[in-house]
Amino acid sequence: MRNPLAEKIVAIKPSGIRKFFDIAQEMKDAISLGVGEPDFDTPWHIRDEGIYSLEKGKTFYTSNAGLKELREEISRYTYRKQGILYEHPTREILVTVGGSEAIDIGFRAMVDPGDEVLIPQPSFVSYEPCAVMAGAKPVIINLKAENEFRLTAQELEEAITDRTKILVLPFPNNPTGAIMERKDLEAIAEVILKHDIYVMSDEIYSELSYKGKHVSIAELPGMQERTVLINGFSKAFAMTGWRLGYACGPENIIEQMTKIHQFAIMCAPTTSQYAAVEALKNGDEDVAEMRTAYNQRRRYLVHAFREMGLECFEPYGAFYIFPCIREFGMTSEEFAMRFLKEEKVAVVPGTAFGDCGEGYLRISYAASLENLQVAMDRLKGFVEKLREEKKEKA
Amino acid sequence: MREELLAIIEKNSRMGLKELAILLGVEEVQVANELAAMEAEGIICGYHTLIDWEKTSKDKVTALIEVRVTPQRGQGFDSIAERIYQYPEVQSVYLISGSYDLMVILEGKTLREVSAFVSDKLSTLDSVLSAATHFILKKYKDHGTVLSKKKEDEREMITP
Repeated sequence: MRNPLAEKIVAIKPSGIRKFFDIAQEMKDAISLGVGEPDFDTPWHIRDEGIYSLEKGKTFYTSNAGLKELREEISRYTYRKQGILYEHPTREILVTVGGSEAIDIGFRAMVDPGDEVLIPQPSFVSYEPCAVMAGAKPVIINLKAENEFRLTAQELEEAITDRTKILVLPFPNNPTGAIMERKDLEAIAEVILKHDIYVMSDEIYSELSYKGKHVSIAELPGMQERTVLINGFSKAFAMTGWRLGYACGPENIIEQMTKIHQFAIMCAPTTSQYAAVEALKNGDEDVAEMRTAYNQRRRYLVHAFREMGLECFEPYGAFYIFPCIREFGMTSEEFAMRFLKEEKVAVVPGTAFGDCGEGYLRISYAASLENLQVAMDRLKGFVEKLREEKKEKA
Repeated sequence: MREELLAIIEKNSRMGLKELAILLGVEEVQVANELAAMEAEGIICGYHTLIDWEKTSKDKVTALIEVRVTPQRGQGFDSIAERIYQYPEVQSVYLISGSYDLMVILEGKTLREVSAFVSDKLSTLDSVLSAATHFILKKYKDHGTVLSKKKEDEREMITP
């Protein structure tokens, strides 16, 4: 029998920490700080709109690019939050199945074989495989703890070649919690303009920024026309299961993305789109409430790590904190595995998000304060035990 | 900080000063001062515990009573409300817009005790025109907290 598989797909390496994931999924009695989605339920008024749309029989396809009303609301929202104006929402905005789809089809619409896509890491797991599947050559930029995992102009400059087409800009960042402030983005934008490259700015955590208002690179002069801005409803409105995101960008790019979306997906889920209209119209308060809760937990964790003497920069975005565990002389995965087995707390090894995540853990604070407190008590005990072990060895 | 502090202790009044200070990103002494100030200003009126008495062996009956009254010259509803809230079995008294005037929430040990209060004490007050008593059969949600069932975390253990 012939080999049924495509070489390009088989060659994509599966997540190196699959084994750890599988073991963790079975530990049902563990406290999980390994979850990359909000612990809040979708606010009731948003769910209610979804239910109401079903009652009214809104069960058909929408137009390929999404409900016109939703795209207009997205345009208003983006203007209200970032001051970026997409004047023609029907041609500059595409509603997708989560931010993930936008990442996938964004690459597919923009790269030819051999084009290079710059991917700063540690970052979300999808960029690299999606770039590969689109035929691009991913070029990894290893971000550094000493820069609080921000991307610097110099790092960018050093990674650019004649074939560089797109820079992925994943901030606020999963897994590090890093943000890029205006001054950081201005330095990046200068390099982008100089080399005439495009930006895929994944701003799915834009609402979860705890040091002033989130800044988008598309706000900067000359950048809107070369940026595909990706956002969605999952993190801001606690709507992960609704699978709804969007891409905003120049007409010519959105047009080609829409073509792929039209043939591959048809349209994003109709019920979710109606619910999303409500989220954008009347959800600002819910977002603010959730942000306040995350921020309190964030402060709690930063404090807890300081007390334990665990090295960790203060993260200002998303709902993750990224402590360093190098002092224990273990790999991230070894640490996470022992912590899971001995203390029944699940965290994610930093290596899940790129090789340069070695020596770090991603700890999600999309968990109740009570659970965080129990988990930190256990971590404290565990860290003390490891330090004792190390002393005995020495 | 006031509103954020209030929002936290409204849900959990047991949280200590140290912890509050960490969550709010301020010093302990600031939290202590703010709490003291709000107690003095009457913004914080007490620190209560939400109890689902149904799950205990203690018998308790709660009733909502809609009371229509004649307001009194120069005093409006205040003096009659004051008359009513003096009774220790009265938990809450609200002035209400609409078809009646006062909403009285009453707690007693038995149905008989509550009925006796309404017929003997409340209805006999001069300015009370009528009182309609509704017994609470089950509390599903109280003070923003769902009492009936505990919510499970339905998320996967680990997601990227």
